[in-house]
Amino acid sequence: MATVQEHLQSLMGNRVVETAGSSLTRETWRRLRANRIAMVGGAVIVFFVLVAIFAPWLAPYDPRVNTWFDQIRPSSVPGPSREHWFGLDESGRDLLSRIIYGARTSLVIGIVSLAIGASIGAIFGVLAGAFGGWADSLVMRVTDVLLSVPSLLLALSVAAVIGQSQTAVMIAVAVPNIPLFARLLRSSMMAEREKDYVGAAVSVGIKRRPLVMSHILPNSLGPMIVQGTLALATAVIDAAALSFLGLGSADPGVPEWGRMLANAQRYLNVAPHLCLIPGFVIFITVLGFNLFGESLREALDPKLRR
Amino acid sequence: MNNEPILSVNDLHVTFQTRGTTALRAVDGVSFDVHAGETLGVVGESGSGKSVTSLAILGLLPKRGVTVSGSIRLDGKELLTASEREMLTVRGRRIAMVFQDPMSSLNPVLTVGRQLTEVLLRHGVCTKRAAPDRAADLLDRVGIPSARQRLGNYPHQLSGGMRQRVMIAIALACEPEILIADEPTTALDVTIQAQVLELLMGLVRDSNTAMVLITHDLGVVAGTCDRVHVMYSGRIAESGERHRLFANPHHHYTRGLLASVPRLDLVGGKLTPIPGSPRDVIDWADGCAFAPRCPAVTEQCLGVAPELVPAANGCMVRCVHPATEPVSLGVAG
Repeated sequence: MATVQEHLQSLMGNRVVETAGSSLTRETWRRLRANRIAMVGGAVIVFFVLVAIFAPWLAPYDPRVNTWFDQIRPSSVPGPSREHWFGLDESGRDLLSRIIYGARTSLVIGIVSLAIGASIGAIFGVLAGAFGGWADSLVMRVTDVLLSVPSLLLALSVAAVIGQSQTAVMIAVAVPNIPLFARLLRSSMMAEREKDYVGAAVSVGIKRRPLVMSHILPNSLGPMIVQGTLALATAVIDAAALSFLGLGSADPGVPEWGRMLANAQRYLNVAPHLCLIPGFVIFITVLGFNLFGESLREALDPKLRR
Repeated sequence: MNNEPILSVNDLHVTFQTRGTTALRAVDGVSFDVHAGETLGVVGESGSGKSVTSLAILGLLPKRGVTVSGSIRLDGKELLTASEREMLTVRGRRIAMVFQDPMSSLNPVLTVGRQLTEVLLRHGVCTKRAAPDRAADLLDRVGIPSARQRLGNYPHQLSGGMRQRVMIAIALACEPEILIADEPTTALDVTIQAQVLELLMGLVRDSNTAMVLITHDLGVVAGTCDRVHVMYSGRIAESGERHRLFANPHHHYTRGLLASVPRLDLVGGKLTPIPGSPRDVIDWADGCAFAPRCPAVTEQCLGVAPELVPAANGCMVRCVHPATEPVSLGVAG
């Protein structure tokens, strides 16, 4: 009998205990990997980020140099050729180089403005979600006011107040994001607050601050991450729109996708590639972020999680 | 058992009142004592006020729309008037609770180890450096194999029974004087139920912790508790020492509960459910709340609420005409 027991013991002892195996992040990652759409979106994002980082090495020419100005006629702008893959722009600069450098400007504006909007929004959201009561009402009324103004109009007025610069564009794009993130975080914190584990944490004497910061908040961040990737797409479009409206940097030499689009409109008949190419690049970038964001939402959805 | 109770609940009333509705008396004058090291069973159907009582003891009821009156004394110290700051040192340190559903009672984004050490550090039970050892030791004590590796696990990597063991480890981390277990086995498989119960019993026996076991499962109570309170509609219907109460329950509700339990030893026995639902009650002010479902109801049951009085079986019974004949369980045995 003893031998049977020993044998059983040794058999059970051989079983490998699953150590810190798949955390939530890892499981989400595993699901994203299995999702082809997510991988396509992710590849697009990675591609543009790499282009932005390595712009000086990738661009065939200096984006500010208009050496080929003599080739520009009011009736014709040279299109794609062997020397200039995307053709020249209306000032005689290499369009490909400007698109490559433009990735820097556009992505930086998108990411920075999103970071500003999301973090301020998150602060408001935590205040509202953690305290409730009058703090909640106050924050929510402020966001109501912000939400009632169309975001482009809001961005325009911010840009008008601060003046014409890239910083203005970033802030202008960030401000409409604040109420979105504040509301999102508040509502998911409200939902988390009612969960059993919060009650269980309270019942063992966890204080309010650690309860909010290390229990409720980390569980409420899922929707924020998803909204972040989607908002990044909107931010790129908004930044382009603001430049299109002439609110971007005062320096015309700065390559920026939205401004390229804006400048191209005068040459729409003569040189359609001037707006097609920047337009297409914006479209692809936004599509990449959208695809990735949607898949991320699916991957984080607790209903689909086993 | 020494005579001073560590926890003394006296005439506890909890009333829920939302605007525009009539007040709901969830707990309506409940009194009981808990002595060190004993196990007290609180039995009743859903809505009988047993969980609300336990939440009231820990001060976890929402402030808005809830009125709590009466007295809850821990070692002579009144808890109902204690400040939130004082309650923070009671919760987890002196009174801890194990909840019903282990699947949702652990934070999904924190490791088991993190959740255990958080409690230990919160109450200053050990130093930061000693915390992981202490946590592993606790997991070991609740019967989790390879405890040290498990510290790095997330709740979703553990089975329901494992998670409930972790919950128990967290609750007992600071060696509280009282453990409130609110239906700790309801969400588990039967085989795991027995294991978890045995574990709980062993742990409280070893550490001389008093346990308040809240359940609707009479089988659980019969196997574990020293004394039993049967609650109905916010009041105690019958209470007494376990053997006496189960040998010859005098309240018709207790009898009804017993008759509703499936038994293997009575071949061909039919279950006799209590007719109606716990919602078919009348206000205690209008008589016995159990009257609409009681098989022995008479005119005398209505009009005045019966008092909790000593009965022939050595228990306290709240009934005008308690059943005294031996239990037949309603089947031809």
